[in-house]
Amino acid sequence: MVGVGVSLSVEGARLSMGSLRLDMSFELEDGEVVALLGPNGAGKTTLLRAIAGLLALAGGRVVLDGRVLEEAGSRVYVPTEARSIGFVFQDYLLFPHMSVADNVAFGVRSRAVALEWLERLGLSRYADARPGTLSGGERQRVALARALAPGPRVLLLDEPLAALDVSTRAGVRRDLKAHLAAFRGVRLLVTHDPLEAVMLADRLIVMEEGSQVQSGTPVEVTERPRSRYVADLVGVNLVRGRASGGVVDVGGGASVAAAGADSGDVFAVVHPRAVSLHRARPEGSPRNVWEGHAIGIEMLGDRARVRIEGRVPMVAEVTPGALAELGLVEGSPVWVSFKATDVAVYPA
Amino acid sequence: MRRERAPLWIGVLAAIGAAFFILPLIGLVVRTPWGDALQSLTSADTLDALRLSLVASLSATAFALVLGVPLAWVYARVDFPGRSVVRALTTLPMVLPPVVGGIALLLAFGRRGLVGSMLASFGVSLPFTTAGVVMAETFVAMPFLVLTVEAGLRSMDRRYEDAARTLGAGRWTVFTRVTLPLIAPSVAAGAVLCWARALGEFGATITFAGNFPGVTQTMPLAVYLLLETNPQGSFVLSLILLLVSLVVLVGLRHRWLGSA
Repeated sequence: MVGVGVSLSVEGARLSMGSLRLDMSFELEDGEVVALLGPNGAGKTTLLRAIAGLLALAGGRVVLDGRVLEEAGSRVYVPTEARSIGFVFQDYLLFPHMSVADNVAFGVRSRAVALEWLERLGLSRYADARPGTLSGGERQRVALARALAPGPRVLLLDEPLAALDVSTRAGVRRDLKAHLAAFRGVRLLVTHDPLEAVMLADRLIVMEEGSQVQSGTPVEVTERPRSRYVADLVGVNLVRGRASGGVVDVGGGASVAAAGADSGDVFAVVHPRAVSLHRARPEGSPRNVWEGHAIGIEMLGDRARVRIEGRVPMVAEVTPGALAELGLVEGSPVWVSFKATDVAVYPA
Repeated sequence: MRRERAPLWIGVLAAIGAAFFILPLIGLVVRTPWGDALQSLTSADTLDALRLSLVASLSATAFALVLGVPLAWVYARVDFPGRSVVRALTTLPMVLPPVVGGIALLLAFGRRGLVGSMLASFGVSLPFTTAGVVMAETFVAMPFLVLTVEAGLRSMDRRYEDAARTLGAGRWTVFTRVTLPLIAPSVAAGAVLCWARALGEFGATITFAGNFPGVTQTMPLAVYLLLETNPQGSFVLSLILLLVSLVVLVGLRHRWLGSA
């Protein structure tokens, strides 16, 4: 059954490619822009290709507006060309032997409509140019026009900004956001860049090793990371353990004191700015105090991020001045402290 | 390229190797009786041979395109049992002595051949006709086109075809509007190679189609026979074939000779 208002649903879609085992379920609604965020090799592109029917599913099914597009194990398979799915490929794949206008007209089979789209995306003057003569940002807009011109129900975008120079990316991203807003249909984009995901999408689906690890609004995901990958992207310390009586037992005999950690399987997040470093055992109120070794120091703008191996691995953010005063170098012993009230706890 | 001087003996052997190819060509150009060239060229027999050669080799190339491009597509894209065996068999004419190819054609399409006897009952006879010349040339030359186009298909970025499908294109549209234009350089190169091979075909043609002036006597056959009766004429015809080969080579230089 497909719920009311759900436009595209991917139900237990499974397939294997090389070492990747894809297994994903999610639903996309009209009106929302969803980003699939994950590291390289997580299976994001594979998933997009499967939704478009370019890869066969080994299990599960894909349903669009209540119509089954593909169901593994049955004979139901709507071929790619009949799925009404627009696809913007990572390197755009504009046909090199056709003019820009012919590229856009390819799907819609009308030069007049193609010219309208070029006009809308500010590309009219390139109508007769070959794609090879365009800049990366222009090529991306042509690819978008080509995918949108036939009026698809679904728009899939694979790393739409990855092929661009860093200098042009911000401008193209702004334009892309506007064009995405103008499209009435299901919008799903793939990215490994958290900034891109947060700026373009209303909802994030975080993918790792072929599976979904988290889903939610950008704020929910960044405030309550549920995987090492997201925690590293956001730059916070993340541990998982069993909570009881204000303490999170993270295993191996180690624990973290956290206000509000009452019971159950939980995640605990500590911002690196909340972690203090000391040469000797500090006296005072912080409930979390232990000794470790600095194993990595890197400068990040006007701050130093210090990676500390100890009872629980932590990253601390201090000023370069503090670093000098502590005489901290890689391998130095150092004491770590942070308050139980600086630890955010939420159910896993 | 790095500047390098050849050791003496390598240089000498290389020079002999090059001379081995260049001297015969010089001989051909120097010994051709230029004064009689025009006269030899315009003799009725020569013109017949030239016309027949062009018609047959171009027809063979056309057949090779119509049948060879689909064959190359199947080899590159469809994984069927026995593919490597079938592929090897259709490539065989490239290394098979052409006379053997001609005999094989006779045994298949000759009047008492496997298929030929059936065709004969419909009143169709292929050997010793112009159609037989086209068949012999196609048999020997098509593998060049198939291999070149197959290589082009294997090296093209198939995601362009995926992009076309997401834009609603069916298989035929994808093939004609995306795949073919993208591999056009390979198809052109394959066709030119195929045509050049067909134009020079001798062994299979004379075996399967015979040597009848105006019907099956192509340029290479005419050259060989004129050598006995009118050597001067055969020199002129040889020179024409040499020029054609040269044009083909220059046309394909970017593909076969690098930037040199």
